[in-house]
Order: sequence, then structure tokens, then C-alpha cells
Amino acid sequence: MIIRKSPREIEKMAATGALVAETIAHVGGLLRPGVTTDELDAAAGAFIREHGGIPTSEGYKGYPKAICISPNDVVVHGIPDAFVVSEGDLVTIDVGVTLDGYIADSAYTFGVGEIEPEAQRLLDVAQEALAAGIAEAVVDNRVGDVSHAVQTVVEAAGFSVIRSLVGHGVGRYYHEDPHIPNFGEPGRGPRLSEGMTIAIEPMITAGGSDVLVMDDGWTIRTTDGSMSAHFEHTVAITPDGPRILTPRVGVPGGVEV
Amino acid sequence: MPLFSHEIPLPRGLFARDVATKEEKIEIEGEVVEALPSTMFRVQLDNGHAVLARISGKMRKHYIRILPGDRVKVELSPYDLTRGRITFRMK
Repeated sequence: MIIRKSPREIEKMAATGALVAETIAHVGGLLRPGVTTDELDAAAGAFIREHGGIPTSEGYKGYPKAICISPNDVVVHGIPDAFVVSEGDLVTIDVGVTLDGYIADSAYTFGVGEIEPEAQRLLDVAQEALAAGIAEAVVDNRVGDVSHAVQTVVEAAGFSVIRSLVGHGVGRYYHEDPHIPNFGEPGRGPRLSEGMTIAIEPMITAGGSDVLVMDDGWTIRTTDGSMSAHFEHTVAITPDGPRILTPRVGVPGGVEV
Repeated sequence: MPLFSHEIPLPRGLFARDVATKEEKIEIEGEVVEALPSTMFRVQLDNGHAVLARISGKMRKHYIRILPGDRVKVELSPYDLTRGRITFRMK
């Protein structure tokens, strides 16, 4: 069942979302060749706690770290470890924070130093796709309208949408109804209405859409080893249109969001 | 973090309050005082309260009869302590 939030609850989520955005900016500022994903994770965890929040991912279904850091061909759920970031890497930072009982979820893929033009194109298209999806997140639209918008942008650019991973409702729980795939037919799926808070997260690759779960039970990589990009916002459906609860701070806004 | 399309998000159940009642329901024993229409019963609980109780679906399914004078277990919701559900008839 889709849980709708009252205006007061949405304000609480906005506060959480601001902290999520600041955490992403904080980690992005530390991102440079030579740093390990473990160091970034420790910094993120400390930052979140200093601001009174709890890293939602820590302990979630057994997840061992505070945030997910996914380099290059790792799509999502990369577990921070001794991996050393290098020039040219595409590193996705995915942060979830619980503040005052409410959860917000956002992600950003950073390019480290100079990156290949195709990699930059992948990032731009992924952000455009997120923007297109958010634009469809209005009252009386359906989840399929959002999904289709994302898919259209991505496939028009010649990239692939990952089908086995989906966005989701968010708020009192990390993952709530509905599922929000990144592909689909317009006019299908649950109807969006005021008070819904959803996490729209296009996950795209430069190659095929197949992914594989690694032996650690979490890390998800592309089967063909191609680079992947992932951008995410927590969005509230309001009568005045979509409201991004995790607006970017201090990071290159890039193309759209 | 995203989830797989085959995973089911929380909370489950048709109504979110089911998540609460799993942890909060109260079971008390009592004696059936009178039988009312529509398989409702007035039950005098051991804690002194009299409640209006209906018969549980599982008991209906197995055609288990309840008569005044039977001792039964009643399930109460913390949201309304005057209504209950008869879930078991003691020997």
C-alpha cells in the first residue's frame, strides 16, 4: 500500500533530504585519485551522525557500511573497502539518512578528474533521464509515465536501462510501495497523488542491461563490464508539481539535476 | 539504495496497521455470557471486562460451535478494548 505523507511529514523529509544532499556534497569534496572508498564511507558516516542523523543503509538487511559507493562497472550497492579511486573513474555515491524518524534517499555519480567523453555523456544522459522522470511525477500521472520518460531519454542516447533494479516509495521505511522501474509503458501502474514520496533512480549502462550480484551478496556489476551511472532524488508529489526533497548542494549541477 | 524488482517493499499487508497489531494484540480468556444475532457473543473476560466478540473466521471454517457457558480465548485490539475476536474454545 502506498503511504502518503502529510505536509508536516513532508517538511520533516525535506530536512532529512537536505542532510542527504549535504552528505553527498561532503563526500564529493573528498573524492580524488588515491582516496579509498572506505575513507569516504567513514567520512560520510561521521558527517551524518554529526548532524543528528543515522545512516539508513547501515545494518539494513545486513548491509555492513554507512553508504554505497559504486565505481565504474559496479552499478549499485558497492560496499566501501580498500578500493582506491583513480583518475577517470565514475564513482556513484548513494546515501540514505534517517532523521527524526523519516528517511530520504539520493545518489550522484561523480567523474574523478578527467573522464572519457563517452563517460561524460553517460552522466549527462542519466541526469537528463532523472529530470525527465521527475517532470512526469505530477498528480494523476501514473508510475508508468515516469518510467517511460526515463527509458525514452536513455535509449534515445544509445544507452541501456537496467531492468532488474527499481526505484521505490520512501519515507517511514527505506523501501515502500510502489516500485518505480526505469522502463515501461505510459499510462500503466499506480496513480500518483498528493503526499506520495518516491525515490526516482535511473540506473543506466554504456553497454547491456544485464547485471550480476557478486559473492559478497551485495555488489552489483554489469555482466559485460560496461560503465554505469546512477542518479537519484527523493521527490514529493504536490498539487503544484514535483518537489525535490534532496536538491543538490555544492556539486556540479551538471545538465539538469 | 534501489531494490530488485522481485523484492517486496515494506510494509506488507493490505493495511499498514496490521504491522502494529501483530505486536500489540492482547489475548484474554473469558466465559461466554450470551449469544447475540450474527454470531456475536457477549463475553465476560477474566479481567472483569465484558466485551462484544465475534467468532473468528478459522472457527467458522471448521464449524466450531460456541454456546453460553463456554470458556474461550478472546483477542483484543489495543485500539478498542470493548470489541474482541473469539479465537479458541477451551475444552
